Amino acid sequence: MAPEVAPSLAWRIAAQVTDPEMPMLTLEDLGVLREVREVGDSGDEVVVTITPTYSGCPALATMRDDLVRRLGEAGYDARVEIALSPAWSSDDITERGRAALREHGLSAPGPAPAAASGPIALTLLPTRRGLHCPRCGSAEVELTSEFGATACKALYRCTACLEPFEHVKEI
Amino acid sequence: MSHSTPDPNAETGSVYDGLMEHHDVVGMGGDASQWAFGTDFEDPLAGVDTTVPDGVDPAALAAYCLMLGDDALIMSHRLSEWCSNAPDLEEDIALANAALDLLGQARLLLARAAAADPAVVPELPEASPVPAEDALAFFRDPDGFRNVRLVEVPHGDFAHVVVRLLVFSTARLAVLQRLTESRDPVLAATAAKGIKELTYHRDYAGRWFLTLARGTEESRRRLVAALEELWPLYPELLATHPVEAEVAASGVGVDPSGTAGEVDAVLDQVLAVSGVERPERGALAGVRGRTGRDGMHTEALSRLLAEMQVVARAHPEGQW
Repeated sequence: MAPEVAPSLAWRIAAQVTDPEMPMLTLEDLGVLREVREVGDSGDEVVVTITPTYSGCPALATMRDDLVRRLGEAGYDARVEIALSPAWSSDDITERGRAALREHGLSAPGPAPAAASGPIALTLLPTRRGLHCPRCGSAEVELTSEFGATACKALYRCTACLEPFEHVKEI
Repeated sequence: MSHSTPDPNAETGSVYDGLMEHHDVVGMGGDASQWAFGTDFEDPLAGVDTTVPDGVDPAALAAYCLMLGDDALIMSHRLSEWCSNAPDLEEDIALANAALDLLGQARLLLARAAAADPAVVPELPEASPVPAEDALAFFRDPDGFRNVRLVEVPHGDFAHVVVRLLVFSTARLAVLQRLTESRDPVLAATAAKGIKELTYHRDYAGRWFLTLARGTEESRRRLVAALEELWPLYPELLATHPVEAEVAASGVGVDPSGTAGEVDAVLDQVLAVSGVERPERGALAGVRGRTGRDGMHTEALSRLLAEMQVVARAHPEGQW
């Protein structure tokens, strides 16, 4: 969550670091940058808090290293901590982030399913999403697989322009 | 045809640049920090408060985390063995995705076990850089593992992994959904992430179950055979171990027997839609009542661990 006051210089630097697998997205736009906190009195020590997208996402270690490196270049001694709660949701991707995804040929997620109050329902039919091909804009698309090259994406194919594309999944 | 050895210092860069530890990579274009891949270990619970809640026995909490963590770790390993062996690329990728999610859950749970009770972590040479969760994964013997036997038994065909994943993800989803109410905030948060992932895994397995059942005579025959083979391992997932009873009583864990009605209903739903009879085979017995949760495993786990652990055990002080 961005601080309500003017963002600190350290936040602005951390916010520019990009996702290693979807480099069109900054960590801020992906919604994984939770806090940048100054600690101590020196003014150059900061603790950055990020949250994983999926439990096993290997990009987390790279995000950590990139944050430490970028902030280090700006004179900050940065440490990265993990926040597990609340869990990341695709709803945390900002409007700017969604636009960036579309500009780069990826389909942005729709609203994440609401938390179930009872048992989570089994869905035996293919997930239906009202998607448009990010290349030609056609709504004539079909799901190839719910699982793609990274944990967060499904595979689709446009039956109008015949190009495959990736959809960032609702979670 | 011969190739010259790539020169990492060449202006054009090389395919190895991204793997290099130094950061002044040239010639890659764009943001050089993208190539600063991490080479060191990092605590997956860095900055997370791992204080054990009041009234909870740290040893019981750690034992419980090993049960949930080992289920995920061994299932992840079995799924990852399918990588490059599935019927087509999409299923290959799907199973690898599920394996990765479960590996992430295992890492958090094993790290949580170590933080709750460091006594569970195997002792390593002082110079060893191996973090606690890796020590638990790679340096325990089979009788130290607390996973159910369903996740360890050897592979069959694709129908076999579909049945195994359906039964496993259905039972685990029901447990983790209740675990989001745990008094232990680390377990609650791990569960909250896990249920989103398991929902995808269960849907995937359920759809393939239906497809194979309604496919050809051969696909249906194989599916029914896999179901008959794995069914005796299902009751173990719903049986209450004394550790599970204890952590459920202290409000940090879940008694899986309380999920039996829900898990059964989901499986019956899949069976009904698929037109497959529920098997009538009873539970696979333990040894003097001891099963996977007690560290009493089938021979398959020893073979699996021998392969999974061999490199780490050969180099306990290795830097990766």
